[in-house]
Amino acid sequence: MTAFLTIGVLVLVAIAIWQMTKIFELSQIKKDASQIANDNDNKYNGYLMFAFLVFIYGITIFSFYKYTKILLPKAASAHGADYDNLMLVSFIIIFIVQTITQALLHYFAYKYRGRKGQKALYYADNNKLEIIWTMIPVVVLAGLILWGLYSWVNIMDINDQDDPIVVELYAQQFNWTARYAGEDNVLGEANVRLIDIDNINVLGLDTSDSYASDDVIVKELHLPVGRKVNFKMRSQDVLHSAYMPHFRAQMNCVPGMITQFSYTPIYTTEQMRQDPDVIDKVKRTNTIRAERAQIGAPNSDPWEFDYILLCNKICGKSHYNMQMKIIVETQEEYDAWMAEQKTFAQTVVTN
Amino acid sequence: MSANAHAHSEDHHEDHGHHHKETFVTKYIFSQDHKMIAKQYLITGLIMGFIGIAMSLLFRMQIAWPGQSFPIFEALLGKWAPDGVMDADIYLALVTIHGTIMVFFVLTAGLSGTFSNLLIPLQIGARDMASGFLNMVSYWLFFTSSIIMVFSLFVEAGPAAAGWTVYPPLSALPMAQPGSGMGMTLWLVSMAIFIASSLLGSLNYIVTVINLRTKGMSMTRLPLTIWAFFVTAIIGVISFPVLFSAALLLIMDRSFGTSFFLSDIFIQGEVLHYQGGSPVLYEHLFWFLGHPEVYIVLLPALGITSEVMSTNARKPIFGYRAMVTSIIAIAFLSTIVWGHHMFISGMNPFLGSVFTFTTLLIAIPSAVKAFNYITTLWKGNLQLNPAMLFSIGLVSTFITGGLTGIILGDSTLDINVHDTYFVVAHFHLVMGISALYGLFAGVYHWFPKMFGRMMNKNLGYVHFWVTAVGAYGVFFPMHFVGMAGVPRRYYENTAFPMFDELTNVQVLITVFAIISAGAQLVFVYNFISSIFYGKKAVQNPWKSNTLEWTAPVAHIHGNWPGAIPEVHRWPYDYSKTDKEGNYVIPEQDFVPQTVPMGPDEEQLHH
Repeated sequence: MTAFLTIGVLVLVAIAIWQMTKIFELSQIKKDASQIANDNDNKYNGYLMFAFLVFIYGITIFSFYKYTKILLPKAASAHGADYDNLMLVSFIIIFIVQTITQALLHYFAYKYRGRKGQKALYYADNNKLEIIWTMIPVVVLAGLILWGLYSWVNIMDINDQDDPIVVELYAQQFNWTARYAGEDNVLGEANVRLIDIDNINVLGLDTSDSYASDDVIVKELHLPVGRKVNFKMRSQDVLHSAYMPHFRAQMNCVPGMITQFSYTPIYTTEQMRQDPDVIDKVKRTNTIRAERAQIGAPNSDPWEFDYILLCNKICGKSHYNMQMKIIVETQEEYDAWMAEQKTFAQTVVTN
Repeated sequence: MSANAHAHSEDHHEDHGHHHKETFVTKYIFSQDHKMIAKQYLITGLIMGFIGIAMSLLFRMQIAWPGQSFPIFEALLGKWAPDGVMDADIYLALVTIHGTIMVFFVLTAGLSGTFSNLLIPLQIGARDMASGFLNMVSYWLFFTSSIIMVFSLFVEAGPAAAGWTVYPPLSALPMAQPGSGMGMTLWLVSMAIFIASSLLGSLNYIVTVINLRTKGMSMTRLPLTIWAFFVTAIIGVISFPVLFSAALLLIMDRSFGTSFFLSDIFIQGEVLHYQGGSPVLYEHLFWFLGHPEVYIVLLPALGITSEVMSTNARKPIFGYRAMVTSIIAIAFLSTIVWGHHMFISGMNPFLGSVFTFTTLLIAIPSAVKAFNYITTLWKGNLQLNPAMLFSIGLVSTFITGGLTGIILGDSTLDINVHDTYFVVAHFHLVMGISALYGLFAGVYHWFPKMFGRMMNKNLGYVHFWVTAVGAYGVFFPMHFVGMAGVPRRYYENTAFPMFDELTNVQVLITVFAIISAGAQLVFVYNFISSIFYGKKAVQNPWKSNTLEWTAPVAHIHGNWPGAIPEVHRWPYDYSKTDKEGNYVIPEQDFVPQTVPMGPDEEQLHH
């Protein structure tokens, strides 16, 4: 089906190109083989320049109309609102500039299209204009830089205030593991040289380190809502990147060093599922998946919204499927879940 | 100094008289003539471009129709597409080689190599490059590296597949992915040779511009093309050696057991011995070249645009000095912004702050350039030749793509769009498409100079308009895909139900990509047929002021048959009038650089 569609499109394009060549050829009333633009070329291409401006605006409006709904839902972390505001303001500025400059560029290209006898204005320099359009970006950018840096410093200031829980995100080809610091809220020492698969010490924890014994190693990330989380990232093989788009959070995982990121989740998974945007998205997605189910295609089970952790740094063959579910829940639910988990001391095989 | 150079080159010319016996080999293959070398660069670059674009179509089809079987996959990829379904490893390899080829082989060598070689001697009034021999060596090193890169596609375990940035440890460990074996070795060897080629070329351009300008050609009378090539060559000389060191250290890590970039690695059940290195160090070294590279690609395109736009607007370029200052400012800033590729690499967040600051500063000279281009069009008499259309298109995509740089250059906003399709959309518009438009503008404009014939303008118009619509059709919606959180370099997005509804967008993007690629075939046809059957060119078809159009159409060794022309004015005296409002030269709206200033002519410039 798609193959036919593709072939169909290609045929149509070929016809369109052929027709356009014809039109351009017919537009040359006097036989003029110099291959240099004449007044007719200037006229048609000038009009096309104007049409192209309409096209740019058109595709902008089309994209916003069709695709705004596919963007990420509201931020689910404490710093996320500030992030989204800065993004919004930057985009407003960008679109004002884009609208004006594209209009000028293409309108001038249309308006001043060459005609016989038209005289161009010899206008080589104007310091006042140059200063104006140097200063405008300077002022606007200064504002954006200051706001951006203020947010950046806040987001990247990873400290122990407000009693954060400490979680290690451990990356390997091609899956994620999380390690909670346990009762003492201190992660035990670990190194890849201590990995002992036979004795179920897959993260290479130091068994002689007393902080390690109460660590909890899991394959699904649970977070209590409203509590700050300090993530420590580690990778055992190649670069990975812990990307949690709903929380506006991302940090690379680098073999040989520990990187960190911190945020406070503010909506539970359950609350997020009640968000109108998310409800719509789930409905649309499940329609697509139901259609797939009808033709027996894979990936057709109904979907329920969940936060997700993705790998966002090329890491090899299955990079595209390196994920871990994140569940944000109330403190009680979190405590109940945690109580069910086994500690490192309970799972590791000691000789 | 210029006077000396002038005298010197004349001597040089005279002793050329008696050894003009050129064989086929010295004329067409091991040529030391800059015009022939330019053509060699262009044709090699275009062939590489064909390969690079074809690869992008293959992986775009995989993204739009994931897991679908296509006979063309099986035909082209063979064992990498069993039953016509693309393999995940070869997907990454295609993405990697597409990036490498387009950035280095097409847009660095194919664009800067072609037009620096063609235009530097011709526009500054020199008989040839400072060293024709080094120039020849430069091209043949480039050719060798292209051959090795293409050859690497056919090795057993597949070509390099770690992304065009080849970050270790992925690129360093053959057990991490098959492409990191022989394919990566060849990639590194090819790039090392490419860097040598680029350095030889750049040094030659710099020396030529400084030493071989003709009489009267002061630096402030240089066409903006030459300024762009000159400054590009300088940043190339500054930054390419750093990439060489990165490649060298990576080769050491891979083959000789050193630990520059590797530490604490456990892979496939065993601990490796590497200790104490850091992949972040590699990222610093790579992007120390990698970011200036963006401008190495873009500045020549902007230089070409300045020249083409001024000529076809029949107007001086607006703000010549501001343009030169912007080029220099962009070049300087480009060397101190590399960290914006690494905001979330694990480097100290304070460094992120510094790089945010320097990065957003680059927006200022870029904005000045955009505004100056727009003002150049204002009240012009625009001759909308294909080259002019591509120049206007360049300004359009340069603005659209450049603006989203404000998002990515801001360390805070980068957090959530880093390594998503938003980045892909941004850099393709601002450096990929813009630089390609610059390349096309250059080819259409200087084709008569290179091949002595004209390209067909109607095919040129079709080429431009389909490409222009297609390019926006591909990359505008792509921003939304990125903002929806889709990471780049994913073989398919089906593992995440949250991306299901984006498949439609991917299909739209791929269809536009196929259409725009089809338009490039129009160009290929036009290019090849015009070389042989194009209409014969006159000496100065675009009525341009610069020196290359004072040289005869027929290529001769040494460029000008008699003495080298002397320069009396800047290159942008288009539509200049006297006090009564008549053109300086009656009935002619341009005053070539070789025309002396009139007795009562107002000297507005230089």
